[in-house]
Amino acid sequence: MKKYLMENLQQNSTEEQKIRIIGFLCNWCSYGGADTAGVCRFKQPTDLRIIRIPCTGRMDPMFAIKALINGADGVLVSGCHPNDCHYSVGNFYARRRMEALKRFLPFVGIDTQRFHYTWVSASEGQVWQQVVTEFTEKIHQLGPNPGFHINPDIQQPLSLAL
Amino acid sequence: MRIGVFVCRCGTNIAGTVDTEAVARQALSYPDVVYATDYMYTCSEPGQKEIQAAIKTHGLQGIVVAACSPRMHEATFRRAVEKAGLNRYMFEQANIREHCSWVSNDKKANTIKAADTVRMAVEKLRVNEPLFSSRVPINKRVLVIGGGVAGIQAALDCADGGLDVVMVERESTIGGKMAKLDKTFPTIDCSSCILGPKMVDVAQNEKIKLYAYSEIEAVSGYIGNFTVQIRKKATYVDWNLCTGCGVCTEKCPSKKSYDKFNEGLATTTAINIPFPQAIPKKAVIDPKACLYLTKGKCRLCEKVCQVKAIRFDMKDEIITEEVGAIITATGYDLFDASVYGEYGGGRYPDVISAMQYERILSAAGPTGGHIRRPSDGKEPKDIVFISCVGSRDPSVCRPYCSAVCCMYIAKQATMTRDHLPDCNCYVSYMDIRAPGKNYDEFVRRAQEEYGVQYFRGRVGKVYPKGDKLIVQGADTMLGAQIEIEADLVVLATGIESAVGAEELAEKLRISYDQYGFFMESHPKLRPVETNTAGVFLAGVCQGPKDIPASVGQGSAAASKVQMLFSRDTIETDPQVAMVNELMCVGCGKCIDVCPFGAIQWKTLRDGSRKAQVLESVCQGCGLCNATCPPKAIQLRHCKDDQVLAAVNALYA
Ligand SMILES: Cc1cc2nc3c(=O)[nH]c(=O)nc-3n(C[C@H](O)[C@H](O)[C@H](O)COP(=O)(O)OP(=O)(O)OC[C@H]3O[C@@H](n4cnc5c(N)ncnc54)[C@H](O)[C@@H]3O)c2cc1C
Ligand code: SF4
Ligand code: SF4
Repeated sequence: MKKYLMENLQQNSTEEQKIRIIGFLCNWCSYGGADTAGVCRFKQPTDLRIIRIPCTGRMDPMFAIKALINGADGVLVSGCHPNDCHYSVGNFYARRRMEALKRFLPFVGIDTQRFHYTWVSASEGQVWQQVVTEFTEKIHQLGPNPGFHINPDIQQPLSLAL
Repeated sequence: MRIGVFVCRCGTNIAGTVDTEAVARQALSYPDVVYATDYMYTCSEPGQKEIQAAIKTHGLQGIVVAACSPRMHEATFRRAVEKAGLNRYMFEQANIREHCSWVSNDKKANTIKAADTVRMAVEKLRVNEPLFSSRVPINKRVLVIGGGVAGIQAALDCADGGLDVVMVERESTIGGKMAKLDKTFPTIDCSSCILGPKMVDVAQNEKIKLYAYSEIEAVSGYIGNFTVQIRKKATYVDWNLCTGCGVCTEKCPSKKSYDKFNEGLATTTAINIPFPQAIPKKAVIDPKACLYLTKGKCRLCEKVCQVKAIRFDMKDEIITEEVGAIITATGYDLFDASVYGEYGGGRYPDVISAMQYERILSAAGPTGGHIRRPSDGKEPKDIVFISCVGSRDPSVCRPYCSAVCCMYIAKQATMTRDHLPDCNCYVSYMDIRAPGKNYDEFVRRAQEEYGVQYFRGRVGKVYPKGDKLIVQGADTMLGAQIEIEADLVVLATGIESAVGAEELAEKLRISYDQYGFFMESHPKLRPVETNTAGVFLAGVCQGPKDIPASVGQGSAAASKVQMLFSRDTIETDPQVAMVNELMCVGCGKCIDVCPFGAIQWKTLRDGSRKAQVLESVCQGCGLCNATCPPKAIQLRHCKDDQVLAAVNALYA
């Protein structure tokens, strides 16, 4: 029996290794694309943790903000290419929301670079590998999330909104 | 809640790069987890039994399986926990194979990642609630889109099983590409002799309603209950009256139309029946060629038609059909040879495509089956076949193999030697791909018995010299340059997805790959299903394949439909949106965004308006959930608190 517990594992990790990126992937395209990448054994960095949502249209910007406020080092959203949405238009709504979110992030003191959204289809394993690798590299360059230092003026309204 | 966690080793697939034992041990420290273990093959029969036994012995109320992708085995595990008395939604699957063990060899990092993923699943499970599906009746009619050999097979199998079939074909006749072929490999039997009777069966089967010269306009609904709008394009001929006698086509003075059936080797009349065995055998006027419709003068067909079937004022018509399942069999189109300028396809009349050559070989074709070259009608003495024109060439975005060209070249060369024993046949090939029953033997026979001369290499250039074509290339086996004086060059143009395949896929809400071929739900285990429940695939629309494989898929898709229809009702997916009326402010934003019209107004007794979800129409996209300002509408099994539970698991 191996003698270590995960706590030890994590304690031994460097700050660099403790980077956590959270990915919201739509069930039909990008989650499938990430599966395809796995089936093809396309090697990727290990910092990403994936949450499956039915459609990027389900992606509430609040999820990304909450994650980033709570300490996520990066948030990645990926869905079907425009016009390929399993629910026909979900990703168009998503695109608009994600654009709005990007513009909103600086107001609450979050580096926009920590958020990225893209489109990857179920067959594009290699594209997925590239997306994960590039985004992870960027987050490593930015380093761990410095924590959330919010302007006290908006703390109250923001906590109400979330 | 009492939660049990099973960490699958998946042989070495997971255990090779994840310490599954450590993950299981770690899981025991998560809230509510009372039991955790790792197991060799959790999806196997004993693995499922193990879960069921643990549910009983440890009184578990929720299960997390950390294993492969839920796209692979979620249904399996849900069924397993249900058998042990749990609600199937009290189960979560953590993907530690496709997203973890297979994409990194760093065992330590993978182990931490797997443990995190399990934690996220546990936290989500803690806020899950049991869901129950209801049952809706199935409309036992099936729509088949595309009347090639794959669609014909699917339609006949369904009809023979007693189902009502609606078939939509965009050309004026069914038959697809196979109707144009002369003989078929590897048995060299006559294509129309085997296809023709099947086409007639379609016409005569009372269970099959054929809409030829029609296309899909719109599709709505869901498995068991689709509503399909079909555009019946204007034919300018009343098909109820037309007997297909063909008098009009003899008299029509506009004789210069492109003859699609004969691949442009001949011209045809503005009013046309594509070929004598057409099903249905009805005339269609091409409005772009008709003298009356373009210039306002003629109406000759109207005069000669005995049954008075001509209708110059005909308009497209939209028809609505209700079906419970859909089979798409829209086949393929062919690569445009003129992309390779160096071969002179489209420029020199005697450089033709293999499909054109197929028409030349056909007894019903423009030359009556006599091999004559298009430019001067002379019998060719030397023919060069060039393979892989638009196949296996990334530089023209066609890296895939078209799967049939090696075989039909061997067929065409064999038949050429049969018709014209003095004619030399040369084949330039990259590799010979003949992996089927009796296929390799067939190619060998072409080489050994029929003396077809194969050389491996690439043709660099084809150019005219006098009335000959000079074919220059390299024989890479001999390491020599070669030059052949040919009378005719046949290009094996590659298979492409059918024109309009993407648009159709979007209407059906199915996925397609980068080349426009429809995606099957699983490349090995669900080859004729799509990811949209109730929509199936058959034939080349899914990827290049030959007739036997297309027919096989047609039958497979039909049997999938029969299986679906063997029940009278279908379980609805309870993962649908739900409105909390106390919170709903009646803004109507959800109604605006729902792509399926699944939300409607409901007036309460106090007169206030609230949103209400039609559970059988909702597809569970969650668009409304993300839109609703007060978060009154929530997508079951993916509610805000469920997603956030997973998010917070990582950072809390
Ligand atoms: C030159 C050549 C020779 C060949 N020789 C052989 C051979 O000898 N033996 C062999 O096994 N295979 C041969 N093949 C392959 C064979 O043609 C295919 O395997 C077969 O025809 C596939 O049938 P299908 O029904 O999938 O597609 P298709 O035959 O293409 O039929 C598709 C049908 O769908 C219709 N359609 C398309 N889009 C729509 C739409 N949006 N709405 C409604 N209808 C639509 C089309 O009009 C068509 O009727 C050959 C291929 C070529 C190019
Ligand atoms: S989840 Fe909402 S938006 Fe999506 S189909 Fe259901 S009701 Fe419509
Ligand atoms: S968006 Fe929300 S509040 Fe507005 S009507 Fe729909 S459920 Fe009610």
